[in-house]
Amino acid sequence: MSRLTSGGQIDRTQPLRFSFDGKSLAGFKGDTLASALLANDIRLVGRSFKYHRPRGILSAGSEEPNALMQLGQGDQTTPNVRATTQELYDGLIAASQNRFPSLAFDLLSVNDLMAPFFGAGFYYKTFMWPKSFWEKVYEPFIRRAAGLGRLSGKADRALYDKAFAHCDLLVIGGGPAGLMAALTAARGGLDVILADEDFAFGGRLNSETVEIAGQPGAGWAAQVVTELAGMANVRLMPRTTVTGAYDGGTYAALQRVSHHLADPADHLPLETFWRIAARRTILAGGAIERPIAFANNDRPGVMMASAVRSYANRFAVLPGQKISLFTNNDDGHRTALDLLRLGADIAAVVDTRGDVAAMGDYPLITGGQVTGTSGRLGLKSITVSSASGRLKVATDCLAVSGGWNPSVHLTCHMNGRPVWREDIAAFVPADNAIPGMRVAGAANGDFSTHAALSAGAAAAAEALGDLGKPAPATVFPAAEDAPIQLEPFWHFTGSKGRAWLDLQNDVTTKDVALAHRENFRSVEHMKRYTTLGMATDQGKTSNVGGLAVMADLTQRSIPETGTTTFRPPYSPVALGALGAHGAGKDFAPSRFLPSDALARELGAHFIEMGVWYRPSLFPQSGETHWRQTCDREMRMVRSAVGITDITPFGKIDVQGADAAVLLDLVYANTMSSLKQGRVRYGVMLREDGMALDDGTCARLGEDHFVLTTTAGAASDVFAHLEFCTQVLRPELDVQFFSVTDQWAQFSIAGPRSRELVSGLCDEDISNERIPYMACAEVTIGGIGCRLFRISFSGEQSYEIAIPARYGEALARELGQRAAALGGGWYGLEALNALRIEKGYLTHAEMTGQYTADALGIGGMVSAKKDCIGKVLSQRSALVGPGKMELIGLKPVSPLKQFSGGAFLFSQGARQVLGNEEGHVTSHCYSPSLDHVIAMAFLRDGRSRLGEHIIMKDNARGIEAVCEVCPMVHVDPDGERLRG
Amino acid sequence: MRIDCPNCGSRDRREFQYLGAAVLMDRPAPDAGEQAFVEYVYFRENPAGAHRELWLHEMGCRSWIVAERNMGTHEFASTRLAADVKRGAK
Ligand SMILES: [Zn+2]
Repeated sequence: MSRLTSGGQIDRTQPLRFSFDGKSLAGFKGDTLASALLANDIRLVGRSFKYHRPRGILSAGSEEPNALMQLGQGDQTTPNVRATTQELYDGLIAASQNRFPSLAFDLLSVNDLMAPFFGAGFYYKTFMWPKSFWEKVYEPFIRRAAGLGRLSGKADRALYDKAFAHCDLLVIGGGPAGLMAALTAARGGLDVILADEDFAFGGRLNSETVEIAGQPGAGWAAQVVTELAGMANVRLMPRTTVTGAYDGGTYAALQRVSHHLADPADHLPLETFWRIAARRTILAGGAIERPIAFANNDRPGVMMASAVRSYANRFAVLPGQKISLFTNNDDGHRTALDLLRLGADIAAVVDTRGDVAAMGDYPLITGGQVTGTSGRLGLKSITVSSASGRLKVATDCLAVSGGWNPSVHLTCHMNGRPVWREDIAAFVPADNAIPGMRVAGAANGDFSTHAALSAGAAAAAEALGDLGKPAPATVFPAAEDAPIQLEPFWHFTGSKGRAWLDLQNDVTTKDVALAHRENFRSVEHMKRYTTLGMATDQGKTSNVGGLAVMADLTQRSIPETGTTTFRPPYSPVALGALGAHGAGKDFAPSRFLPSDALARELGAHFIEMGVWYRPSLFPQSGETHWRQTCDREMRMVRSAVGITDITPFGKIDVQGADAAVLLDLVYANTMSSLKQGRVRYGVMLREDGMALDDGTCARLGEDHFVLTTTAGAASDVFAHLEFCTQVLRPELDVQFFSVTDQWAQFSIAGPRSRELVSGLCDEDISNERIPYMACAEVTIGGIGCRLFRISFSGEQSYEIAIPARYGEALARELGQRAAALGGGWYGLEALNALRIEKGYLTHAEMTGQYTADALGIGGMVSAKKDCIGKVLSQRSALVGPGKMELIGLKPVSPLKQFSGGAFLFSQGARQVLGNEEGHVTSHCYSPSLDHVIAMAFLRDGRSRLGEHIIMKDNARGIEAVCEVCPMVHVDPDGERLRG
Repeated sequence: MRIDCPNCGSRDRREFQYLGAAVLMDRPAPDAGEQAFVEYVYFRENPAGAHRELWLHEMGCRSWIVAERNMGTHEFASTRLAADVKRGAK
């Protein structure tokens, strides 16, 4: 056991059981999965992406490239969980990834021997030939060999949530700078959100032995957190990663709500995706230690020095029995001191710098370099070169410190380019990279604890000033202020072995050299050619190293070579969280008809039309095919009476002295001349001249109109009216409101419709009083209703609108009365086929690509007045010969069905794209005619009536000879309408 | 992104619908001719800087808003109700 008997921030009174690759293990509350694995002496935790090299834990944070695990079991597993950030809980089940059959014996590690074939760009070179091999051989092989965790293939049953938060100040990162900033701002009266990806606030203070105000740093952090937790103006968000910075002070954040709970309550989401709107922001995200590249630097046991200190100080785990260090700065030495204090055995400290002295009692090799390692499944020894020659040192853990890279990631999200700071050999954020954001502490290159605390306090004071509040008098705690002592050293070039830069994507210094040889020298090209930095860790530990190697090869400085840039998200976000409340029934609202319950009682089949659930068919017993039902319902309408719920049609109530002026502007035809008590069919155009929508306009009073729109265009038409009245003509005295939901509306159509409706209304509705295209206010059972004599079926027809709360009652009454007259309900299938028989338009024709003229209603565009779209509808390019025109089609020889979207070709023309002369829009079987019919756009169609043309659908393999005919197939003179 | 609605205050961009340049406020006279309408409907500047444009506070008060936004930085310099702007122009 590598667990120390005392110390650390684990709770030894709360032991936890967990399993890794089926083996039951023990840890404590306060552990991460990584620290618990190390405490159980497990160092081999995964296989690498491409070469299947044995890998161990590198880091102690979210930058981890190696220790990715599959968590859970069965169909609810989560792949690619970083063991270094996963809190341990009782019963946690983890499995290693990308190995077959087992972690210690992986057959695909043969890839490592074939490494020469898998270098940079191998995708582009190796798998080029023969073409047929790609799908059957290469791709399955790559998919099997490469990759990370596996998805279960089952739906994710976990609950995800999304939420908004608002604050004066968002503090990102809860280390010394962030805590000091949050404390200063909160005491100054700002609404503060403090977010940290860790489950414990404190940042590096939890992992270091530094003191603040005379007490251990972790203790000071806990004290600050206690004060913040007690303040009403502070929201503490642990386990929350701010993943992106966006315009206007908006930040995305992922909160892991129940990943750490053994038995989370049912109502708890797994994760919540936050959008935080902050007036000011302080980024105090710290820095990430960077590795040094040398041969075989990827063995389990090679770790970051800061991670070794985290495991030792915070988790009370010694990651090795005999630990060595490789460093180019003082941090390596501090690590040795911490380890010595905990009783560890230090094999050697190798410092690349020549003139340094040991800070304690450990063997030091100055001016030295680690040039190689050995140990197949775990580190056994390192080779060290120095002025005094080559030396082999036995060690099972090598802690590496190549300096620190400030976490500039979020400052790049709005195109900010980090700038190079020579003194710390690192990129720091550009000034004002994100409006409203200040950067403090290690994220800004201020690495000492003192510098972090003072930068945090100063940034908060500035934010307070911005928002008009004085900074509080804060007693500033004393802390270490050690200067950074670093001599850049990036990679050892002298040995033959592969030296890894990007551990997650298996990219070595040789790959960068190959990219250089093949002239992919720009950083962006090198990145894509080698895939360096393109894995799920976005190269947090490798990007700057890769730049340094390319800089050496091109004999330029690092800033001349390029900068690193990062895009959201900072760390991976599950699609489930991004799509919270956007899947299944949450994808769109569901709207139900007033007659919904009745239709379900009647056994109707439903379809979704936009957001509405509408009955498509009302099958009766014995009907086995949808066409039987549809045909019966159509015959019923044409011979007796049919009822259908048309509530989804948009209804807009327009009132005001200038109502008619507005309607004349938006309708192509004239509405101001419409008499009270009358209805007119109208068409609206867009300003570009194309038809926007059609519908009816009823004049209920001098200043009062009710418009209907098609169901799908209701919101577009409403927004169009708002545009016209607010943006174009605000002086008009007119108001309008959508009353779609306020009125239930039913169509009663068929030769017996008047019989039905007159029995229902208290008023006389004779043909003389309510002729075709009339409207009136009527009472039904004492309820004020609106009656419209309009038709979408070509039959004598009425529409009754009743306040929605009476809709269901009226529906039941209508159904019973219709049944008594030999009629009943009909669905959307019949409704659609009835309108096709009459050549009425829907959005299958009114797609926004055709003018009123193309649709055969060009005569409606008034010559006497202006309207939206009038001028451009008469553009030379849209009038004259050669234009599409809507026509009817009928088959010349027996045809089972037309095909929506099928092309039309002239007889004898080559049936190739470019030769097509039109296409089918709507089609159905007509029981009245006993054959199929269609509507279609055809070039110059109206002058081609009687011509035979070819309908061709290559996708469905349908070809037929058709005759071009008028669109109206039933009752062309409209006698039934008026009867 | 956040947009200041003159009626509702600072709101998330998702509540708004973008239409395009505010030149759409200046519809040509009915007899201005085809070319004037072609320019009104189709021709747009694409400045790498200040831009006047129309937004609808669709999931809010449903006001059309004239915003001045920097196309390079997405910074909003001002937002006004389109109806007020139009009335003021007369
Ligand atoms: Zn608003």
